[in-house]
Amino acid sequence: MMHQIILAGFGGQGILSMGHFIAHAALLEGKNVSWLPSYGPEKRGGTANCHVIVGDEEVGSPIISSATVLIAMNQPSLEKFESSVEPGGIIITDKSLVPVKPSRSDVRLYEIPATEMAYELGNPTYAGVVILGKLTALTGIMTEENFEKALKAILKPSRHYMIPDEMKALRQGAEYECS
Amino acid sequence: MGEKLLMKGNEVIAEAALRAGCRHYFGYPITPQTEVAHYMSRKMEELGGTFVQAESELAAINMVYGAASAGKRVMTSSSSPGISLKQEGISYSACAELPMVIVDIVRCGPGLGGILPAQCDYFQIVKGGGHGDYNLIVFAPSSVQELYELVVHAFNVADTYRNPVVILGDGYLGQMMEAVEFRDTEPVEHIDKPWATVGTHMKREHNVITSIYIEADVLEAHNNRLQEKYRSIQKNETMVEEYNCEGADVIVTAYGTVARIVKNVIKDAASEGIKVGLIRPVTLWPFPSASFVKYADTPKGFLTVEMSAGQMVEDVRLAVNGRNSVEFYGRTGGNVPEQKVILQKVRDIASRV
Repeated sequence: MMHQIILAGFGGQGILSMGHFIAHAALLEGKNVSWLPSYGPEKRGGTANCHVIVGDEEVGSPIISSATVLIAMNQPSLEKFESSVEPGGIIITDKSLVPVKPSRSDVRLYEIPATEMAYELGNPTYAGVVILGKLTALTGIMTEENFEKALKAILKPSRHYMIPDEMKALRQGAEYECS
Repeated sequence: MGEKLLMKGNEVIAEAALRAGCRHYFGYPITPQTEVAHYMSRKMEELGGTFVQAESELAAINMVYGAASAGKRVMTSSSSPGISLKQEGISYSACAELPMVIVDIVRCGPGLGGILPAQCDYFQIVKGGGHGDYNLIVFAPSSVQELYELVVHAFNVADTYRNPVVILGDGYLGQMMEAVEFRDTEPVEHIDKPWATVGTHMKREHNVITSIYIEADVLEAHNNRLQEKYRSIQKNETMVEEYNCEGADVIVTAYGTVARIVKNVIKDAASEGIKVGLIRPVTLWPFPSASFVKYADTPKGFLTVEMSAGQMVEDVRLAVNGRNSVEFYGRTGGNVPEQKVILQKVRDIASRV
């Protein structure tokens, strides 16, 4: 199984970090991984995306032409990338910021009010982790334990106080029942 | 040993250089390779080396010339427009036979162009963007692990032949993260440099490092010696990956990130019963012509895929030398050749009678 995940949203939402967490945790699970960022002249409020591939086989092209999962953290990202998802693939959106549904009917859609849930946890930057919780529940791409290790490895020590709440966000995302 | 780390290509270039004994780095920032300089700036001080963010690319390459003259392992890195500015110094270094590693993480051109990935500087690097009859040894890695291995190798080869060596990657290779294991694929060689200008200690004649030879016969003799060295490099240092080529219906040729897209196409095509081979030059100079000669009559046709308007394809055509058709598919401007388009071109070639 090769997970081919496109993550997309506004610059500043932590899109590249979300991809980095997945790649790091999956590497700890002994998987082959690649992480490819959009590195155009991006800025806060602009668009950002990254391609993350995780699997047992060697990673061929790091560029995803057919995604198994799309994570869309804003509406322009959903519109731009929904056609890249393979039939039967997964689309996860942040319902707080994406009021519309994809035009595709041959995909599995999960809408989570991630930003609202993150505000309730006390910090809107946890929205991405809420989404990653759902991704993990759906795909088994990483264990909670390895996700926590990834956070510790990637976040600066001055941010480590956030980790308990991040773990809470991950679990809430995993448990959220999509209608 | 043994531990796999998730790192960006650009950071791995810097780490590999440090592990290869490079303690001198001179550069000027430019996207998409600035992380090389960033990493060096943090590590060089701890290691007691020299890091200078020069005032310009011209200054940086001439600082490299100086450190190389003193026999030190030295590196610079840049991206396309910055490499253009370094060409004078690169030609001088080739003539003065100075070992150095130059990293070019290519972005789309011409002009200032854009910052997205490209392979449009093959001609510049492989055919000599500077003046005069010279050759650079050019490595084209296609994964972060291979970046590490080839950077270490590049320092050894540069010292062995007293020649500038280039690591040529596209922007994606520099920006992407993959697992890397810093395993000892080859020892870091310590090659004597009796030619280096490190002071005579009153015990020998002066060493002279120069790229100026005013007399015709003297310069021609120097050129002849350089050409002899280049022939020896061609004989001994060519590297290539031949994948799935025996009995292939179609042979695709690509380097760097594009070769990995082709590997996906090979799987897609196999599921349709088409056997696709890949010839991936690992050294772009010396070019692995022998692989093309060997398989020239095997496939129904060759296809070269590049992130350019068609540059390496000229060397493929020279190597195949009219014995088979060589087609080309390329994208420019920072766009990447699409897997499904490559697959369609492969189908078209395979369906020929």
